[in-house]
Amino acid sequence: MSAIWAILRKEWKSYFVTPAAYVVLALFAVIAGFFFYSMLAYYVMQSMGGGMFGGGRLDVHAMLLQPLFFDVGVTMLFLLPMVTMRLYAEETRGGTMELLKTAPVRRLEVVLGKFFAAFGLLLALLLMVFAYVLVVWHYAHPHPGWASLGVAFLGLLLLGGVYLSLGLFLSSLTRTQIVAGVTTFALFLLLWVADWVTAYDNGRFAHIIAYLSLTTHLTNFVQGVLDVKDLVYYLSLIFAGLFLTARRMELAE
Amino acid sequence: MLEVQNLSKSYGPKLAVDNLSFSARKGEILGFLGPNGAGKTTTMRMITGYLPPSHGQVVVEGIALRESPIEVKRRIGYLPELPPLYPELSVRDYLLFVARLKKIPSAQRQPAVDRALERAALGEQRQRIIGRLSKGYRQRVGIAQAILNEPPLLILDEPTAGLDPRQILETRNLVRSLAGEHTIILSTHILAEAATTCERVIIINQGRLVAVDTPENLTHRVKPTDTLQVEVSAPAEAAAAALRALPDLTAVEVLGQHQGASRLQVEARTLAAREAIARALVGAGWGLRELRPVELTLEQIFLSLTGAAAGAPNVPVAAAPGEPQSEGEV
Repeated sequence: MSAIWAILRKEWKSYFVTPAAYVVLALFAVIAGFFFYSMLAYYVMQSMGGGMFGGGRLDVHAMLLQPLFFDVGVTMLFLLPMVTMRLYAEETRGGTMELLKTAPVRRLEVVLGKFFAAFGLLLALLLMVFAYVLVVWHYAHPHPGWASLGVAFLGLLLLGGVYLSLGLFLSSLTRTQIVAGVTTFALFLLLWVADWVTAYDNGRFAHIIAYLSLTTHLTNFVQGVLDVKDLVYYLSLIFAGLFLTARRMELAE
Repeated sequence: MLEVQNLSKSYGPKLAVDNLSFSARKGEILGFLGPNGAGKTTTMRMITGYLPPSHGQVVVEGIALRESPIEVKRRIGYLPELPPLYPELSVRDYLLFVARLKKIPSAQRQPAVDRALERAALGEQRQRIIGRLSKGYRQRVGIAQAILNEPPLLILDEPTAGLDPRQILETRNLVRSLAGEHTIILSTHILAEAATTCERVIIINQGRLVAVDTPENLTHRVKPTDTLQVEVSAPAEAAAAALRALPDLTAVEVLGQHQGASRLQVEARTLAAREAIARALVGAGWGLRELRPVELTLEQIFLSLTGAAAGAPNVPVAAAPGEPQSEGEV
């Protein structure tokens, strides 16, 4: 336990004495802010048009927040590989892996320490998104339901957890950061668009591929629907990534 | 204290370490000597639990590494060839992190860090960022990290490699001051270093044990005579003749002449022969400019020991001084 905490603290110190964390946080704020602003502006325009022609109220959750959550998912897809790519590759290259592997700690403690440290950064990113949601919540009448917002955030957290856990594993496979970053990004992009296959193929295999898509499972969460199937999917990917990373550490270089 | 039993490591078909067995007594400094690529680093990595051995086992204070890795690692302080440092942290933050990693209880952490800083003479540098330290200081931070939890066994992989002469001296003194309460295994490819620092030396070559002995005995085993170089302001032949007349010399060879002086190399059976040489040359009215024992180089010891052990062809060609160091060790 204490080793997890030790690694977590050290990781956070490293994040914030180098520009890495600030850059990720700042760029995420810019990108997510732009998405939010564009969508809000579009939504306001649409709803004014709707009002003029006597249409009903537009659903703020479906029209504004859902696309925002999806775009946050895409933004994380781009940024989180840059957080995870250094986590192990840097230790291998800098020789500090020898310290971690010869210290009286279990491999899993090291893996979890690094995972939770990155997860803390993810929480900070989502906190920014939460600020946007608070603004919407304040001005929207009726207010969007807290339960569905909570489910959507849980979905984003789990999605981010999958990114981090798989990114951690890919980072443990190489000593070159850029290789780790590019493979992680490529994997996430493939997982993101895997559900496209059902657009032109209705076979069983296509459905299996589509099931593996990160997007399919995020849709339910973002709509405020909590399905055990989606929970199992995300959690098993997170555990698989962490387990594989710990196994990887036990093997020789 | 430390038992290494039939340790082997293979990378595919290549045997990096081949059935190595030795032991270390409590409180001694054991030198691990071999050319680059001999398997020194691989062996140390197996003892510290960084690499799993292909065969054999490591036992520290009666505990087998394979059965209780955490318990064994708690007893070992390890300085890898490249000190395992985080360049972005300050010396103090880094050592506090290592203290947490080594599970030193929180009340003892700060005193342990202070003590390690003091022993490694790093007190002034505690607030500095590691990435801005000189190589010598980084090496000391690496040593401070290794001794932080006062482990009974210290494994130091080439602790003086790449340091300047003053830093080498300081590091040697530091290592010597650590002996007694710690058992120390240090690797080196410099014979003189093993001779000055270590009580016993293990020589390995191509992953195999070549010899285990004290540095003096090893030198003697390889070369029972004392090789001396003499520079004297005299005609070479005259000086050679004078030296051949001495009783204890087995060979006299003229190496060359320059600026009115001759250089000769002689083999002496006894230490007393050195005095006889000086007396003979000065007595003849010549100026004795130099009388210097020729230290055996590691290569010569290897040539001799490995040649005797496995027949002539099995002689290492690597690790001549001044040759660029190969990255042969994995």
